[in-house]
Amino acid sequence: MEFQNNGETDAGAEEQLFVPTDDVREHLVVIGNGMAGCRAVEELLARDAVRYRVTIFGAEPHVNYNRIMLSPVLAGEKTFEDIIINDHAWYADNGIELIAGDPVLAIDRAAKTVTSETGRVVRYDRLLIATGSDPFIIPVPGKDLPGVITFRDMKDVDSMLAAAANGGSAVVIGGGLLGLEAAHGLTLRGMKVTVLHIMPTLMERQLDEAAGWLLKTALEGRGQTILTGADTAEICGDGKVESVRLKDGTIIPASLVVMAVGIRPSVALAREAGLDVGRGIKVDDHMVTSDPAVLAVGECVEHDGNVYGLVAPLWEMCRSLADGLIDQHSGYKGSVTSTKLKVAGLDVFSAGDFSGGVGCEDIVLRDASRGVYKRIVVKDDRVIGAVLYGDTADGGWYFDLLKKGENIADVRDLLIFGQAFASGGGQADPKAAVAALSDDAEICGCNGVNKGKVVACVAAGNATLDAVRATCKASASCGSCTGLVETLLAVTLGDDYAGERAVKTMCKCTSFGHDDVRREIVAQGMTSIPEVMQKLHWSTPDGCSSCRPALNYYLLCALPGEYADDQQSRFVNERMHANIQKDGTYSVVPRMWGGITNPRELRAIADVVEKYDAPMVKVTGGQRLDIFGIKKEDLPAVWADLNAAGMVSGHAYGKSLRTVKTCVGSEWCRFGTQDSTGLGVQTERMTWGSWMPHKFKIAVSGCPRNCAEATIKDFGIVCVDSGYELHVGGNGGIHVRVTDLLCKVSTEQEALDYCAAFVQLYREEARYLERTAPWIERVGVDYVKSRIVEDETGREALRARFLYSQSFSQDDPWAERATGANTELHQHLQPIAIAAE
Amino acid sequence: MTDWIDIGTLADIPQRGARTVQIGGETDIAVFRTGDDQVFALINECPHKKGPLSQGIVHGHSVACPLHNWNIALASGEALGPDKGCTPTVAVRQEDGRIFIARPEPARAAA
Repeated sequence: MEFQNNGETDAGAEEQLFVPTDDVREHLVVIGNGMAGCRAVEELLARDAVRYRVTIFGAEPHVNYNRIMLSPVLAGEKTFEDIIINDHAWYADNGIELIAGDPVLAIDRAAKTVTSETGRVVRYDRLLIATGSDPFIIPVPGKDLPGVITFRDMKDVDSMLAAAANGGSAVVIGGGLLGLEAAHGLTLRGMKVTVLHIMPTLMERQLDEAAGWLLKTALEGRGQTILTGADTAEICGDGKVESVRLKDGTIIPASLVVMAVGIRPSVALAREAGLDVGRGIKVDDHMVTSDPAVLAVGECVEHDGNVYGLVAPLWEMCRSLADGLIDQHSGYKGSVTSTKLKVAGLDVFSAGDFSGGVGCEDIVLRDASRGVYKRIVVKDDRVIGAVLYGDTADGGWYFDLLKKGENIADVRDLLIFGQAFASGGGQADPKAAVAALSDDAEICGCNGVNKGKVVACVAAGNATLDAVRATCKASASCGSCTGLVETLLAVTLGDDYAGERAVKTMCKCTSFGHDDVRREIVAQGMTSIPEVMQKLHWSTPDGCSSCRPALNYYLLCALPGEYADDQQSRFVNERMHANIQKDGTYSVVPRMWGGITNPRELRAIADVVEKYDAPMVKVTGGQRLDIFGIKKEDLPAVWADLNAAGMVSGHAYGKSLRTVKTCVGSEWCRFGTQDSTGLGVQTERMTWGSWMPHKFKIAVSGCPRNCAEATIKDFGIVCVDSGYELHVGGNGGIHVRVTDLLCKVSTEQEALDYCAAFVQLYREEARYLERTAPWIERVGVDYVKSRIVEDETGREALRARFLYSQSFSQDDPWAERATGANTELHQHLQPIAIAAE
Repeated sequence: MTDWIDIGTLADIPQRGARTVQIGGETDIAVFRTGDDQVFALINECPHKKGPLSQGIVHGHSVACPLHNWNIALASGEALGPDKGCTPTVAVRQEDGRIFIARPEPARAAA
């Protein structure tokens, strides 16, 4: 665009040593006409405008522009002219020679010269390297196809604008700051954009999971497709980009691919010149490299082990550099950085260390209806990190507290509410703040209830949260104002307030009980664990080992076939599909339908026991065989051998259907009244593979002698001459409980239908880790009868939901692993290289 | 002089999960990745009954042992809450997306 070629040093002057005769000042040559190089010169000129003669080389044919504003240019919010920092007049007025569009290719430190692409040779007294960084190109096939670009400079923006003019689809590889800004711009320019991000959450270096999830939801709402955990295998196309193929086989059509996976310090020039280079060009506190005549600044440097890819550290480095150049050394001490996403309408801020750790405390505020998430990390009464989403107004204040290391002990209780509140003085008590609200202040946004109504409701005798919810509906919907309502109860009733609800919370991460959480998951149509944690105001960033498995189950149950099971929220046994034993080995139980086996299965089991040196094989209480002492590495091979003999997982490890125990029944037994084995096998075929709140055992006995012990099972069928007695809620564990009789039916099909309906009722309504026995004691067997026996339509609907859910869950998890899925779960990491330090 | 061993990339470890690494016949080392992509390494044994911590549920900067649900702080190896005990930690660092752990001292087993 604005190529500047200074007539004095025209490009044809090959191999000429450029030595002006009329200027005896020290010559500072700057490699890099970007933000760092120019800012360094600006800082120098501000201190001493005449001491150095300055020449700047730039690889791009432009004057100095603000690279971080390329995103708004792409988005059409600004023009290139708007983002120019220094125009030609600045260079001229300050006597700076700009050599743009002619990159430096070599440095000769002995001769103190640099050589450019066109052959220009320039001598320096002091050299400043400000080469910035290079976009990282992932080494996949097709990366060099026309249509694959990066997002680093004005040329890239021009390419994107040209591509967008033709419409079509774009793929942005990389869900970090740069990638999301590129995706935003391309979306506004009318392209259909898919963002591929290899990590599970967006901007994982700046945001925690909760904020990343909110961001993803917002971007999806703007029409982008966001694929996380997406690993690019290949960029496909014949002569130009046509599509991107992921490692899982997904193909995404695209006429433009933007690689924005990250940047690397641009150090090639410095390395070839023999300067000390680590991840970046190594500099001391004054930005001096291993050669005292050579300085470096910006994204290309490594200072005290750190490399920076954000703009704020540049300013600090440039100040120290300029101080050094005029011999008034100050010294750069490293930078604390903050990030803001430049996407209009999305407020995202992060600063400092929000990774937690020993001695760190999280203060979390979630306001679901406003889409706000704030997390402040405090250590030793000081702010050390902050993540803000939705409301970033106080980002600057938190960042200021963080940088200054101010003691926040006095304002800690109110810190999360922001500067206005925390510094408000008179309202140091949150209760007083609520008491001070006016009567028409809105408390519950969902139901439009103001403070006056809540107080009137409490004054009318509703002295508990549940009573308030039932009467005036405050906090009865999304629940986000529960804390406010409870405070109002306390303020209004004073000492008469009985305190918080008697309902036991799920765990210490939430103030909601299991039933509340389940109800809200369904009512609000929530689809992921982070979403539940956000909308229900979890007080921890990613839950705990109690709530995560429960939420995973509730979502799985609510969204059969849609919810993506979170393996990291499963207990080890369910993740490994085997039972961990006290020595860390596993036991393996193949399914034996109805407890019936055959020579082929027995041989396969015997072979596995010998082949893998299993120290013990035992008959279980559930009528099958348990192979003990299998190492986690051997599990896939064991499963492959068992699969080969026709056996599948017995789910002896899961909160799921375990076994269907049977006696031999009318086929062999002289007392048998019905085909109990046959019915047992049918029952097991129907129910296996289903995930439950807890383990679930079934038995079918062929006569009232009940050899299969059906009356201490979760669901028991006792055959009688005239049909089938159905029993529920039995348990043979610590508290032995005999079943309640549910009803009697006359056909096998009815027995199966009632079984399916009962299992589904339990799946939908029992709390996680609640067996059927305590569940039935809690809700009463009459309730279960009213749903299963008396309500035919309801029973049929329950059964249909169970069978629908089962259509997604009857794949043998062993077969998948045996054929190579998730091998990493069974293998050690391989150490690959050893480096002494 | 610490011997740093390159054991792979961050992507090799599931978020909120762990992988194990064996070095020189010593006890397995569990390398954890938290929800915020921090990496920690501990000897893969719970101080309680030597449960394999690598198989536990990782939450925040702690792991719940798969055998008896003891919670262990990843940074210090200390048991949290009412439980008492400590698992040895192993120095670990991330650089350019790769993970390095310090070679354990051979005498550690005897100590």
